[in-house]
Amino acid sequence: MIKSELIARLASENPHLTQKDVERVVGVILDSMTGALEKGGRVELRGFGAFSVRSRPARTGRNPRTGETVAVKAKHVPFFKSGKELRERLNADE
Amino acid sequence: MKGQTLTRADLAEAVHEEVGLTRQDCAGLVERTLDLIAEALEDGRTVKLSGFGVFQVRAKRARMGRNPKTGEPAAIEPRRVIGFRASQVMKARVDEGLGG
Repeated sequence: MIKSELIARLASENPHLTQKDVERVVGVILDSMTGALEKGGRVELRGFGAFSVRSRPARTGRNPRTGETVAVKAKHVPFFKSGKELRERLNADE
Repeated sequence: MKGQTLTRADLAEAVHEEVGLTRQDCAGLVERTLDLIAEALEDGRTVKLSGFGVFQVRAKRARMGRNPKTGEPAAIEPRRVIGFRASQVMKARVDEGLGG
């Protein structure tokens, strides 16, 4: 499923809203989540999962093409952990 | 820097303020958005949200593990897990936002 399919589905479930509004809704939801992480916060969506930021220390890497060593700076990366309910839904068939 | 924790209620409020729909509509739309993503994953479909990231279901094989409390060996059943890969846009925003 891609974003436009998600928007189309939400729009068809909400005939009183315009497609444009639904596009903005999905945009604001995703942008707010990125915004929270950008400020060093977390996003906790019970049952679905949680987004957080993990820091990766600086390391020495290698250019895989040339084999040269390169310094890789410390960085912050987004991380998602699925929620209990979603994990259970995913494995409910057993 | 310690930021705050964003919840469903915050998302609904942000949508209400920026799009101007009723609070009830906004809460419902936040919930349905998460539901539709979860449903797609449950069906084993990959969810690609451009500018945000990709959620993907991966199958894990059965393996022997250990009960970390007792140290006893325990069988781990084959299961499905969700992987999330942040888009380049999100990675850049997060890394830059937190000072690289």
